Amino acid sequence: MWGKLSWAAIPFDQPIPLITSIVVIVVILAVLIWVTVKGWVPYLWREWITSVDHKRIGIMYIVLAMVMLLRGFSDAIMMRSQQALAFNSGGYLPPEHYDQIFSAHGTLMILFVAMPFVIGLMNFVVPLQLGIRDVAFPTLNSVGFWLTATGALLVNLSLFIGVFARTGWLPYPPLSELTYSPDVGVDYYLWSLEISGVGTLVAAINLITTVLKLHAPGMTYMRMPMFCWTTLASSLMIVAAFPILTATLAMLLLDRYLGFHFFTNEGGGNVMMFMNLIWAWGHPEVYILVLPAFGIYSEVVSTFSGKPLFGYRSMVAATMVICILSFMVWLHHFFTMGAGGDINAIFGIASMIIAVPTGVKIFNWLFTMYGGRVVYSTPMLWSIGFMVTFVIGGMTGVLLAVPPADFVLHESLFQVAHFHNVIIGGVLFGAFAGYTYWFPKAFGFRLHEGLGKASFWCWIIGFYVAFMPLYIVGLMGMTRRMQHYDVPEWRPWMIIAAGGAAIILLGIVLQIAQLVVSIRRREELRDVTGDPWNGRSLEWATPSPPPGFNFATPPVVEDDNVYWGQKQRALQRGRLAEEPAYADIEMPKNTATGFVCAFFATFMGFALIWHIWWMVGVAAIGAYATFVAFAWRDIDEYVIPAETVARIDRANRSAREAALEQRQAAL
Amino acid sequence: MTYVDTAVGRGDLESDLAHSIPRRTLGYAEGDLASKRIVVGFGFWVFLISDIIMFSAFFAAYVVLVDNTAGGPNGRELFNLTSVALETGCLLTSSFACGVASIGARLRSNVWFHGAMAATFVLGAAFLTLEVRELGGLVAQGDGPTRSAFLSAFFALVGCHGLHISVGLLWLLTMVAQVYAKGYRADIMRRNLCFSLFWHALDIVWVALFTVVYLVGMRQ
Repeated sequence: MWGKLSWAAIPFDQPIPLITSIVVIVVILAVLIWVTVKGWVPYLWREWITSVDHKRIGIMYIVLAMVMLLRGFSDAIMMRSQQALAFNSGGYLPPEHYDQIFSAHGTLMILFVAMPFVIGLMNFVVPLQLGIRDVAFPTLNSVGFWLTATGALLVNLSLFIGVFARTGWLPYPPLSELTYSPDVGVDYYLWSLEISGVGTLVAAINLITTVLKLHAPGMTYMRMPMFCWTTLASSLMIVAAFPILTATLAMLLLDRYLGFHFFTNEGGGNVMMFMNLIWAWGHPEVYILVLPAFGIYSEVVSTFSGKPLFGYRSMVAATMVICILSFMVWLHHFFTMGAGGDINAIFGIASMIIAVPTGVKIFNWLFTMYGGRVVYSTPMLWSIGFMVTFVIGGMTGVLLAVPPADFVLHESLFQVAHFHNVIIGGVLFGAFAGYTYWFPKAFGFRLHEGLGKASFWCWIIGFYVAFMPLYIVGLMGMTRRMQHYDVPEWRPWMIIAAGGAAIILLGIVLQIAQLVVSIRRREELRDVTGDPWNGRSLEWATPSPPPGFNFATPPVVEDDNVYWGQKQRALQRGRLAEEPAYADIEMPKNTATGFVCAFFATFMGFALIWHIWWMVGVAAIGAYATFVAFAWRDIDEYVIPAETVARIDRANRSAREAALEQRQAAL
Repeated sequence: MTYVDTAVGRGDLESDLAHSIPRRTLGYAEGDLASKRIVVGFGFWVFLISDIIMFSAFFAAYVVLVDNTAGGPNGRELFNLTSVALETGCLLTSSFACGVASIGARLRSNVWFHGAMAATFVLGAAFLTLEVRELGGLVAQGDGPTRSAFLSAFFALVGCHGLHISVGLLWLLTMVAQVYAKGYRADIMRRNLCFSLFWHALDIVWVALFTVVYLVGMRQ
């Protein structure tokens, strides 16, 4: 009846996961009760859970990412403290638990923090920047988000029911095969990623179609803001790379569930084929994450330097070159496979070449700042912090791309330091820059600057204190994923690194404080005009927060840096453009399809993990019925009357007129 | 817009229905944004690309593992080309029938649409039956996917295609039921466009599969 599931799956004998899960369950229940008592359930259902508005979905992606960041970071704290303690002793985490922690940390941070964060920002921003009212497939967008949430839920469920994978963030066979990992840990990993991978693919298809097929009249490709270009590049890479992940994990699932021999030791299986396939996804994946971040830096640097982006065309070219080159370097993740000197040399050189377009970008940002009136706001600090940090991470990456050096540093803490250097310094700083930059657009008030800056300094100092020691111990020969060690020379560096993690923790606490303080002081931080940073692209032409339809009338695009141009013309004329003729607007209707579908997907994933076959069947029928019900509906749009549109737009226009008068008085 | 234009795929189907359902996208005036049909078709093409990339991973795995028979039989000893030729015939004809159904839908002809969809279904189901018989026979004689890495890759590749066909058949039935219940509505016709793209794409995958697995396999 319940497959492999029994009471033994709940970790009654292990205090850490048990207490953590009880705390998590209590918190979730408390939130649910609070929301119910306050009577917010209908509001949440109507305005958020069933919403197909790209802005709402984007925000939900980011909320998911931030919650998962807390989970992933508590894993990091545990690893750092374990390694600080576990010199000549077992530390406080038993090996089977420690192995789950580093596996969960990597999986969560890449797939359920970085991915939803950048996809959330793309979802929120891109339609606004393109001057349109929603993405190409609003319902599919909701399905994509909720499937991602399903994946995150399943990973976290493993804390309480059963175990998580002990195989690292990429489940290398033969360790991940049934013979060596007979419990459900790897299955949790595999099904979570299969389900959330569908969500990611759907999001990417949606964004590609949106960027290529839907943009405001006059918004030609070469007038699109840089963030739209990086979104396009990143989404194209998702479409090219994620199916490989789906297929590879499916092969491992077939091995584990039906006794196939793709990656087994016996029966002619080929273990190295897994490494090749998984990195054919895995390497593009890091660029999928970092390209949108590059787009965010481009927007932030240009806005806060008061200048158009330097070398826009070279930036577009560099982005697309990275998009292609990222598929040609996967073998550098396993130079030690023994493919031979020639092949290693080719992939080593390809990996170094990819630093060229990235370098082009760095110089473009620097030249954008050069001669500009740079405002050192919080998003700008994240961007400058990124430039310094990412260059260091990039250089250690080029070092690792030299095969002989890689043979020495492979799977050492040097490598761990390298990828944290580029992912924290590249992706996470970018996500935080975007979060601070677009927060007023999303909620109508700015985030507190002082706390934001304090958090930035804690993050960047904490980062260097935590990860520079890892480079050093890596060069001293310390391998990654060690539960304990007996080399006295490593010890001091491990203690320093734990201190760095504590400083980052302070940064996270300050970020939470920033959010709380900003909400409490939202009236004084209010963004009245919708253009708090003197922005350049179309999202700043909408009120903050934008109405459901974004734009009252299709914006007319006459130049690049559209909104900047509109503001300049308004300043010359001394007034805004003429009031447009308002018309009714048809917008896609809300639907619970995404949520219900993910509800069934969660049960299906859980049932597959625990071999509860009847539940798999029930959930599959439920998911199919959900789609049929969706396909059967007769009305899929609702109309916003012209008067409502006019009322909202006139309020926005009068705020902008006041701002315009202020600007003129200042001039 | 005449029926001739729409029948060859040049026109926009929704213009027929301009009075009942506007062809505007996201409330933008006509011409400001691509029509919904273009957007849906384009998005589905992108999905098909991703699907074909997923198949390519299974193809790659097959080519890597094709000689790893672990002392078991190879393709030449196992494949029955007559059955495979029959399967191919069924699938290609089914694709043709699917094309006829699309034209029938454009002409709003119930006879042609439902008749051709029925033919598509029957031929697709015949393909699936033949395939299941072939694979079932292999398992019965002890040459199932657990026998060797070669057979694992073979079963996964062919099975993945077969799974797509099964999903396609379910989609086909849903599609027909929808047209029966709701008529040739613009949104339903957009879905039908996606379905026929999907069905033709499975044909293309099968052509590749037939070549790489069966034709090359027989030459071993």
